[in-house]
Amino acid sequence: MNIFVCVKQVPDTETKITPTGDGSFIETSSIKWIMNPYDEFAVEQALLIKADNAESTVTVVRVGSTQDTEALRTAMAMGADEAFLVETTENLDSYMTAKALKGAIEKSGKTPDLILSGKQAIDSDALQVPQILAQMLDLPSVSVVVGFEKDGDKITLKREVEGGALEVYEVTGPTVVACNKGLNTPRYASLPGIMKAKKKPLTTLSLSDVGVSDGDRKLKFSNFQLPPEKPPGKKFDAMDEAAAAGVVSEVVGLLRTEAKVI
Amino acid sequence: MDFNLSPEQKEFKEHALKFVKNEIIPVAQKFDESGEYPREIFQKAWELGLINTSIPESLGGNGFNNLEACLITETLAYGCMGMNSNFMANDLALLPILIGGNEEQKKKFITPFTESFKIASFCLTEPNNGSDAAGIKTTFTDKGDHWEVNGDKMWITNAGYADLFVVYGTIDPELKHKGISCLVMEKGVEGLEIGKKEDKMGHRASDTRGLKFNKVKVPKENMLGNPGDGWLIAMKTLDHSRPLVASSAVGGAQRALDCAVEYSKERTQFGKPISAHQAIQMMIADMAIKVEASRLLVHKAACMADNKQRNTDIASYAKAFAADSCMEITTDAVQIFGGYGYSKEYPVEKLMRDAKLLQIYEGTSQIQRLVIAREVLNK
Repeated sequence: MNIFVCVKQVPDTETKITPTGDGSFIETSSIKWIMNPYDEFAVEQALLIKADNAESTVTVVRVGSTQDTEALRTAMAMGADEAFLVETTENLDSYMTAKALKGAIEKSGKTPDLILSGKQAIDSDALQVPQILAQMLDLPSVSVVVGFEKDGDKITLKREVEGGALEVYEVTGPTVVACNKGLNTPRYASLPGIMKAKKKPLTTLSLSDVGVSDGDRKLKFSNFQLPPEKPPGKKFDAMDEAAAAGVVSEVVGLLRTEAKVI
Repeated sequence: MDFNLSPEQKEFKEHALKFVKNEIIPVAQKFDESGEYPREIFQKAWELGLINTSIPESLGGNGFNNLEACLITETLAYGCMGMNSNFMANDLALLPILIGGNEEQKKKFITPFTESFKIASFCLTEPNNGSDAAGIKTTFTDKGDHWEVNGDKMWITNAGYADLFVVYGTIDPELKHKGISCLVMEKGVEGLEIGKKEDKMGHRASDTRGLKFNKVKVPKENMLGNPGDGWLIAMKTLDHSRPLVASSAVGGAQRALDCAVEYSKERTQFGKPISAHQAIQMMIADMAIKVEASRLLVHKAACMADNKQRNTDIASYAKAFAADSCMEITTDAVQIFGGYGYSKEYPVEKLMRDAKLLQIYEGTSQIQRLVIAREVLNK
């Protein structure tokens, strides 16, 4: 069984984000990169399937820069067999990313039996790539998946919908599955795993190798900004009991006139 | 000279830190309070290759060098110095076998530690012999087909859970350090009495006990090297393990610095975060200098060990400086936290209690200075 996992490298949630001077993107030089946390569920699911299905291979695919290959190395240290990187320093949109992933999967020479990914990347939060990829490959797709059971060729997927309800889907092979938190508990990369990952094949492709050009761009990023700073809160001194009553009426007044919440 | 770690070494540290942040830091305080032995965490760390860092590849280990072992130890101690004492004690106990054991002994005693999760204890200190290690009183008596062991040990880490004990004793107290010998004792042997868990100021998640040997029979083939080789084995073990202990001080100190930096940005006094006050800035700067200087000394001592250079002096600088700095830095962290720092609701009082032991075990800061002075004066 050929299992593909699409992963993205995203800034660590603890990293301080700064937009570039021209606003076209964020400063990337000082960022600490990690594998998109939702993608970890996808990698773990692939490894669980592999453990139950001898002869399976897990191939991770990523689009991005070669500067730091953290996400691919982590996936291989966790147990994935092989990796493909489509190299670009550009900030691709979802359509271009999906097209590049499709190209890389095709270049691998393996026909996918299952494609897994995270439901969204925690940086751009577009929630589009798995669905566009499925459309391009003419495959079904199920997103926000929190339950995965494989029985022969049949896969039963549980998907979260609003209000906490679950939709249950039954699919048969090749499908794009976008994973959500709760699906499994991703394993840690072991130190021997990190050493073994060094010897696993990592193939680098260019955008032109996978048939992506500037003409594919559907979305242009023009102005990255930090969210506006929260105005400072107001403090009221009610330690003096005599003043407390006055403070209460002042606060109530402000909640009515300024905050307009009561 | 290149001070950069290799990409692989950086990855070791990062992945170890991820484990520490998810599995150790959230529960460190709970274990500190209950004094419960963190066996499950120990086992999980073993499964990820973070334990028994000294075992070479030829015996089924990961083949880390001393520097890499230090990076891992620093990271584990960043999570909890107490738990790290348990973890590190495994290496300390296995090292004498790796250093002084023959191939058969290595295969018999070391390989099981790579195949399944096992715990070991290093037994040198006695109730009346700490710094004066050559004066130990535990006796090994030749009974023809076996050694008979009699005596007491004190402050033995992991003792209540160990599968294997590496025990130092003397074949003749008159011979002083020339009589010191070292043998391997397996758990459950008749006459081995394991004491109660000591109620300590810090490192409360580490298991520390006394041991009593009452006519314990140990097979002849469990002696490491020849009778009388124990002193050299112990000294070589400490040369290798000293950078590890020093790196655990770096980990604890880094944690205290990180806690203090974070808190100083949140806590407001006189209308601004306390990090904007020079009084706090001076303290933070001093803490940062000491952490980095300690780390550099540790890395130098470890690299010297890896290059097979004699590192007795530098390893002692590293141990003394890192341990003393860790004590100062954790004390300053409590000071920066003020009243909150003195409360168990915040993490720094534990760091301060844990730091103290680093100045005491594996050669006190004073013993390190004696070693250093001897090295410097005899140059």
